Amino acid sequence: MENLLSRYRNVSILVAVLFAQVLGLAVQVRRSTENESSRLIRVWAVGAVSPLEKVIIWVKGGTSGVWHNYVYLRGVRQENRELRDQIERLRLEQVRMREDAEQARRLQALLGFKEQFISRTVAAQVIGSSGSDQVRSFYIDRGTDDGIKGDMPVITADGIVGKVLRVFGGTSQILLVNDQSSGAGVILEKSRLQGVLRGTADGGVILDKVMSDEQVQPGERVLTSGGDRIFPKGLNVGTVTDVAKGKDSFLKVRVKLAVNLSKLEEVLVITQQEERVPEVTETQPARAADILAQRLPSVPDKPVVDPKTQAAAADVAAKPNASPAVQPAPRKAPDQTPAATAPAEGAQRKPVSSPGTNPSIVPAVAPPPTQKPDTAKPDQAPEAPADAAPAEDKPH
Amino acid sequence: MPHQRRTNLTSVPIIYTSQEQIEVYRFSVPVTILVPLVALFFQVFFPRQLPFFSIFELPLLIVIFFAVARRSQIAGLLTGGIVGLLQDALAGQHIGMFGIAKTVVGYGASSLGVKLDVENAAARFLVTLFFYVVHEIVYFSVARGLVGLTLKWSWQHELGSAFANAILAVPLFMLLDRFKQRT
Repeated sequence: MENLLSRYRNVSILVAVLFAQVLGLAVQVRRSTENESSRLIRVWAVGAVSPLEKVIIWVKGGTSGVWHNYVYLRGVRQENRELRDQIERLRLEQVRMREDAEQARRLQALLGFKEQFISRTVAAQVIGSSGSDQVRSFYIDRGTDDGIKGDMPVITADGIVGKVLRVFGGTSQILLVNDQSSGAGVILEKSRLQGVLRGTADGGVILDKVMSDEQVQPGERVLTSGGDRIFPKGLNVGTVTDVAKGKDSFLKVRVKLAVNLSKLEEVLVITQQEERVPEVTETQPARAADILAQRLPSVPDKPVVDPKTQAAAADVAAKPNASPAVQPAPRKAPDQTPAATAPAEGAQRKPVSSPGTNPSIVPAVAPPPTQKPDTAKPDQAPEAPADAAPAEDKPH
Repeated sequence: MPHQRRTNLTSVPIIYTSQEQIEVYRFSVPVTILVPLVALFFQVFFPRQLPFFSIFELPLLIVIFFAVARRSQIAGLLTGGIVGLLQDALAGQHIGMFGIAKTVVGYGASSLGVKLDVENAAARFLVTLFFYVVHEIVYFSVARGLVGLTLKWSWQHELGSAFANAILAVPLFMLLDRFKQRT
C-alpha cells in the first residue's frame, strides 16, 4: 500500500486537493449563508487588491479633473449657454410636474396609500470588477465604515444597477441586475403587469413570470414594483425590446436596461428608505370625487368658474413673481398616473460629487416640495386644483 | 570516466526525454508571490476601464507559465489551486470553482512540461490554447454539476477567448522568462 502511494504520490496529492475543494464547495452550496472560513479568504483577497485600486482611481480622477477643469475648456461657453436655456425650459416643466405630483399625493393621502421615500443615499465610485465573465459584479469604494449593509439597492440617475452583495470595511461588492443569480420585482408602466427581472447567461435581462396570454408591447417602460423589498417602487429599469413565447406558458420578454452597466463610474447606494403617507399642505380638504373627476376623460375640461375664484386668480396674476408661461396641466388618463413620484425623482438626482472628486455622503433625497406655486392654490380653486387655469390664460 | 559523468548528471534535477535535455527552472520568493498577485489585480481592475480585457484570463496564463517552467506536478497543482481560490474570492462566487479548474490545469501543464519541450513560441501558443479550453470545460462542469448554475456554453466565444489568450501568452511568457533562475 505504501509502495503504491509513493509510486502514485503526485496523483494522490492531486486527488486529495481536488477532493478538499469539492468538499468545501459542497458545504458552501449546502449552506445558504457564508461561513467564516470562506469569508476570511474573501476579506484577505479584497483587502490586498482594493487599496491599490483606490489609489489608481484617485490618481486617474485627479489627472482627469485637472485636464478637464483647467486645461481642456474648449466649447465650455457654448455649452454653458445651452445649459442655461435648458434650465429655463426645465423650470417651466418643473412647475407643471409639481402640480401633477401634488395632485397625486393628495389622492394617495385620501386613500391612505403609503409611499416609499429615499431618505438617505451614499455616493460611491466603481473601483474594480469581478474579473470573470460568468460573475457580473463590481466593487465600490464604500463599505461598512460608510453605513453600507448587505442587500441595499444601488442606482444611478438613469435607473437601477443592482444590490450590495458583500460588505467589507472600506469596500463593497455589488451584484448587477444582469447577473444570473440576480432578481428584481418590476412592473410595466402602461399595462401594469408585474414580473421578475432576471439576468441571462449572455449578460442581458429578461422579464420572467409574465403569462403568455398577456399583451406586452416592445418599447414599454419597465419600473421597479417594490415587491422585492429591496428597490423602492417606481425606479426606472429600462424598456421592453422583444417579446416571444417562452416555456411553461410564460412570455419571454427581453428588456434593455436604462443604465449602461459596463461604463459605470459612480453609483448611489440607498442606505435609508422610509414608508409614510405623503404630506398634503391643503388647508381645505378636497373631495375624493372631485379629484378623481379630474383624472377621468369623460368630465368636461373646464368647471364652472366661481366669481370669487376668478377674482383670486386675478390677484395672483397681479403678483410680479408669478410665472408668465405656466400652462395648465394636461389631463391624464388614470393609467398614466406615475406609480411613485418621489422615489423616481430621488433616483434621478445625480450625485453631488463631480467626476474625479471623492464622492461624499449625499443628504436625504427629500420628496418634492409640497408648497404649491402661487398660480394654482388649491384653496382658491377647490373644485379643480390641477386644472385651475392660470390667470394669464384667462381673458380679463 | 563515463561512470563519473553519469553520477554528475543524476545529481541535478535535469530530466531526459526522447534524448533531449529539458531544464527545470525555479523562481525567487518575491516573484512567486508578486506575479500571481499582480495578475489577479489586473484581472479585476482592467475590465472596468477596458471592457474588452475581460476576455483574457491572466491568472490562468500565470499558472500555465509557472507549471511548465518548474516541471513539478505538485508545485503546479498547488500554484493553480491557490491562484484559483484567490480568484474565486475576488469574483464573489463559491470558493473552489476556479480553484478546481486551475488545479487541474496546473497539474496537466506541469505533466506536459516534463514530457515535452515547451519553450518555443509555437509550443507555448498551442499549450495555452489547449489548457484554456480544458480550464473552461472543467469550470463549466463544476458550475453546472456541483453548484447548479445555468451557464451558457458557446464554442465560438470559448475558442475566440482561447486564441486571444494564446496570442497574449507568447509575449507574456517571454517577459516572464526574465525571472527564471536555473537550478
